[in-house]
Amino acid sequence: MPAAVSVRGLVKRYGEVEAVRGVEFDVAQGETFGFLGPNGAGKSTTIGMLCTLVRPSAGSATVAGYDVVRDRDDVRRSIGLVFQDPTLDSYLTAEQNLRFHAELYGVPRSAVARRLDQVLELVGLSDRRHDEVRGFSGGMKRRLEIARGLLHAPVVLFLDEPTVGLDPQTRRSIWAYIKSLQQAERTTIFMTTHYMDEAEYCDRIAIIDQGRIVALDTPEALKASIGEDRVEIRTDDDLAAIAALEERFGLKASTHEGLVSFSVANGAEFVPRLFAGLQVPIRSVAVSRPSLDDVFLSYTGRTIREAESAAPNEWMRRMAQRGMRR
Amino acid sequence: MSAEAVLDVDRADLAHPWPAPARRSRLAVSGRAIWVVLKREGIRFAADRLRVVTGLLQPILFLFVLGSGLGTLVKFGPHLNLRTFLYPGAAAMSVLFTALFSAGSVVWDREFGFLREMLVAPVSRTSLVVGKCLGGALVASTQGVLMIAIAGLANVPYDGVLMLTIFGELLLLALAVVSFGMLVAARIQQFQSFMAVTQMLVMPLFFLSGAMYPLSNLPAWMRVLTRIDPLTYAVDPIRRAVFEHLQVPPALRARLVPGISWDGWHVPLGLEIGVVAVMAALFMAIAALEFRKVD
Repeated sequence: MPAAVSVRGLVKRYGEVEAVRGVEFDVAQGETFGFLGPNGAGKSTTIGMLCTLVRPSAGSATVAGYDVVRDRDDVRRSIGLVFQDPTLDSYLTAEQNLRFHAELYGVPRSAVARRLDQVLELVGLSDRRHDEVRGFSGGMKRRLEIARGLLHAPVVLFLDEPTVGLDPQTRRSIWAYIKSLQQAERTTIFMTTHYMDEAEYCDRIAIIDQGRIVALDTPEALKASIGEDRVEIRTDDDLAAIAALEERFGLKASTHEGLVSFSVANGAEFVPRLFAGLQVPIRSVAVSRPSLDDVFLSYTGRTIREAESAAPNEWMRRMAQRGMRR
Repeated sequence: MSAEAVLDVDRADLAHPWPAPARRSRLAVSGRAIWVVLKREGIRFAADRLRVVTGLLQPILFLFVLGSGLGTLVKFGPHLNLRTFLYPGAAAMSVLFTALFSAGSVVWDREFGFLREMLVAPVSRTSLVVGKCLGGALVASTQGVLMIAIAGLANVPYDGVLMLTIFGELLLLALAVVSFGMLVAARIQQFQSFMAVTQMLVMPLFFLSGAMYPLSNLPAWMRVLTRIDPLTYAVDPIRRAVFEHLQVPPALRARLVPGISWDGWHVPLGLEIGVVAVMAALFMAIAALEFRKVD
């Protein structure tokens, strides 16, 4: 099966600035692929090139087998797009917005009515189809845009920061819809996010920083690659516990705020051995997996928060634009 | 979850919800795009009744307040009053402003993001621009229909041929103005700026068009400017048509509707209409080129 997206040495320069500096990756059909990185890392520029909205300075990319520069209209027909900022006509009804899209994307007339029912059902907006979009909540608008992105049955659905500006509960429900539609439609999803927790929904993640991909793997493998689980135990005798950990398991432990903590390769499997072998009474145990925040930190040497505050101009400009539009 | 309902459909069918279409001709793709963009203009206009009312207010003020007020100064004798003379100008004005507003809606579309939905679609920019221009022109000419409906109040006779002629001429004017508005809108980010720029351009064009005075006996500098103004070529045919259907003494008619002359050469009606048509085509072509550059 050919790759849904294939990228080779893609570069985008704006004057002196290299926004994207030679990225390479493939996305398999049916995969959910995430681009994770701070604002200003080059995520949106890359997605823009894949969607034929930004012309690459160098390198090449194909989407659904079509070249993003040579076969522009073919690429556009093969992709669905959901942008960061809403692109609905709020004075049209949900259905009128979808019908407009169906015409522009050349959905066969005989298929339009049924397809409309399908996508509206998929995002749970069937009962609001005749309502004007201006009465919709942020989450409903986003769902309608996702339905519209799917309407012409694209090979790849691009979601650029699909949940930005939504509250946490709505974000979760949007993700539930995205996962369910992916099962139903088997669409390839290419998304960008700067929320670490959202990257967990992806099959594979590329971590991008300063225009380069610094890591690319499954969320699990990325977490495993930086290592170890963190184990925290509460004991009756901390000093004896630390000594015993060193002696019997060869682990270096330390104590903070009444907790003994240490790192170990597989925390969940280690806990039973700990109970069997420590011989110091244990009151409680907590095992935590490394988060993608930790992954980003280990690959880039800074947290995503630090990386974003390092590029404040771009970020502020975008927030200002967004504020004006709403 | 609601996905279940969709899963009931044959799975094989889902991967390709419809058979892959044979490669359609560019013309068919563009035709469908033009039609749907045009249709949206209609839907939006139909939902916005306020616009119809406000669009009528200005020309009615112009026709009845200005016409009746100045009518006490300007006497044409028993056969004609000033309102009748001003009617073609008022009709043109009504269509002019509605058409500009229609073109300006593309700036709204940009501000609210919907323009992006159109620009990223797999259709040519030209078809989007043509759809928008045709849609805007049709919307604006519905304003013309209303003006034709109130023609009797200005003592313009309800004659079938006359009404159709006026409508056709107003439609062509609307197309030229919307296309002009589109080419201005291509580079403008804010609706307020669009209105400011077009008002600045359109008011002189309107005042120089002969909408409010006859083209005869003008000072030389004005004579030249009125001939340069494209709007002159849209107003004169309407006035000619109206006066064809009035009983007016030939001397008065010659003074009020002298037609347009280029250095003594009398411009025939067909050429006047041709000037407006060429303007419409030219503006639309430039607008299409401009929108190709828009991201």
